[in-house]
Amino acid sequence: MAEPLLEVRGLSMQFTLRRGVVQRLRRKPQAVLRAVDGVDLELARGEALGLVGESGCGKSTLARCIVGLYVPTAGEVRYEGATLQAERDRATRRRIQMVFQDPYSSLNPRLTVRQTLSELLRAHSLVPKTQIEARCRELLDLVGLGPRALDAYPRQFSGGQRQRVSIARALALEPELLVADEPVSALDVSVQATVLNLLEELQAKLGLTLLLIAHNLAVVRHVCDRVAVMYLGRIVETAPTDELFVDARHPYTHGLIRAVPKLVAGRASQAPALFGDPPSPIRLPRGCRFHPRCPIAQRPLCADVDPPLEAGPGLAAHAAACHFAWTAKPAPHAPEVAAG
Amino acid sequence: MSETLLDVRDLRVEFPGPPAVRAVDGASFDIRAGEALGVVGESGSGKTMALRALVGLLPRSARLAGGTIVFEGMDLATASPEQLRAVRGRSISMIFQEPMTALNPVMRIGEQIGEGPLVRLGYGRRRARERALELMRLVGIPDPAERAEAYPHELSGGLRQRAMIAIALSMEPKLILCDEPTTALDVTIQDQILKLLLSLRERLDVSIVFVSHDLAVIAQTCQRVAVMYAGQVVETGPVEQVFREPRHPYTLSLLRSVPDVDNVRHQLTAIPGSPPDLADPPSGCRFHPRCPFVQPDCVAGAFPLRPLGPERATACIHPDAAAADVRREPVLAGG
Repeated sequence: MAEPLLEVRGLSMQFTLRRGVVQRLRRKPQAVLRAVDGVDLELARGEALGLVGESGCGKSTLARCIVGLYVPTAGEVRYEGATLQAERDRATRRRIQMVFQDPYSSLNPRLTVRQTLSELLRAHSLVPKTQIEARCRELLDLVGLGPRALDAYPRQFSGGQRQRVSIARALALEPELLVADEPVSALDVSVQATVLNLLEELQAKLGLTLLLIAHNLAVVRHVCDRVAVMYLGRIVETAPTDELFVDARHPYTHGLIRAVPKLVAGRASQAPALFGDPPSPIRLPRGCRFHPRCPIAQRPLCADVDPPLEAGPGLAAHAAACHFAWTAKPAPHAPEVAAG
Repeated sequence: MSETLLDVRDLRVEFPGPPAVRAVDGASFDIRAGEALGVVGESGSGKTMALRALVGLLPRSARLAGGTIVFEGMDLATASPEQLRAVRGRSISMIFQEPMTALNPVMRIGEQIGEGPLVRLGYGRRRARERALELMRLVGIPDPAERAEAYPHELSGGLRQRAMIAIALSMEPKLILCDEPTTALDVTIQDQILKLLLSLRERLDVSIVFVSHDLAVIAQTCQRVAVMYAGQVVETGPVEQVFREPRHPYTLSLLRSVPDVDNVRHQLTAIPGSPPDLADPPSGCRFHPRCPFVQPDCVAGAFPLRPLGPERATACIHPDAAAADVRREPVLAGG
């Protein structure tokens, strides 16, 4: 593989939780929430990587660290081989842009689309003053909105159109990497497709590198070349999309895929794909963090030893963090879950 | 065909204006004993309002503007508040989308589950508590004795929804109305809750109405489906048939626009435009401005459900257009 566009090395992001008065008086130690806990990730230029996992697994936090909205507690983010500093300069920020989940709260309600876009173009001196107007029109055209949208305020648009404006805003800075955090989950079913198609189209047309964060595996399967699965702050499996869906090696990935409801009603098993709830990221389980919910966990190995993310024999692109990922799997059993 | 448990005809729910908004505008469907009916539609299609209207739980700003809701021989649309109260929570119970707002935050879980039997079935305190624990076991809440003492905020989202289900079951209802019960949950927890509802329906022989925007969730849980668009039911029938061979262009377009994990298509087909403004709905068939097969006769007139054989009905007057499109390119993967 050529040098990756983006490299994340040992990234961790911890949040210290505030203690109440009582807890402070009792000298309780401050609880630490480890949202991202040692993540390595690479993104090749032009690829679309999907990041999936349940809520609270740290996928949004990871995205925000990459974009520079959070300063990670440990580890580094490298862009074209150079480590990005906590304080990024304008030129670096320009190259990594983000589209947020909720197009209702991520656009300034008091600015027209023209004001939103032209302010960016001016501040980053991307085009000469005389061409700002033309560039604004071009950007709207790119996301499939007509020039009439220029003088409209966000409230005048539907959800899908707002999300297009958000994408146009991100594209105004001519980014190389676009990070989209659940870009369609706040949208109506019938308009999700337009935004997904747009992302795919832009990726092909502009050669964008895309990091798509989604909880919907169907969306990721449709858009992404490669998928990384997160569980409790770690990446537990990463593989090319098609391979992941037919040959998942981590029992969590397997359960996650089985849990997705399908359009064709199969006479599926009555048993749920996975038992229990994800544990709290404040009290991470010892050993493999998935072992309390894992149907193939073996004691004492899985309860004591945290498996590293390892590529399969002869496979550069498929890695999983499970002791049994690449060996004969033990027979599944119902895990002893203390749900809650 | 089993007997009809609830028969809804020409249901209308209105938010008096100006401008007046008809959130539900002539919706008809029926629920049979022991079956699960899915009501699918986008936000604003009126599916939640239709469901709430069935048991008189409309928001204060809305009113039931017409139609009949016949349940066990009684028309709930014209029933007195006392009659309605006797049915609601007793023969018909409801599960809401967000259990955190539907549960009482300052009451222990066990008390909430035992409240119905205590207050309405005349159980003693001790028996009500035993019943609560039994229900908690039934819905798969681990350590019921311990969890019964917990408050809603101390439980995870999945356990809260299980507690909601236990409450809904506490009066041994004949019909449970579910309003997007898993939308706020993660996919693995959604899977657990859906499978729980499926097994409970079989074991307890209750009927379920399942409102969701997610076609796949409906496919996994229901036998029949009613597709809603802009306040009206546009297609009904057995889920497998409707999803495999839709006879309404909206159903077809919706199926073609959602990504399916099992069926990777090159391009999703988006539905052009956006759902109509219900204060000023389009004339004729409400889907005609977005319909790929629109004909001159679609733009005016009334479009009620028309039967297509004994089990199916569609509001489309050109159902062969959707059928031909499916023959050209199947909607679902596999045979």
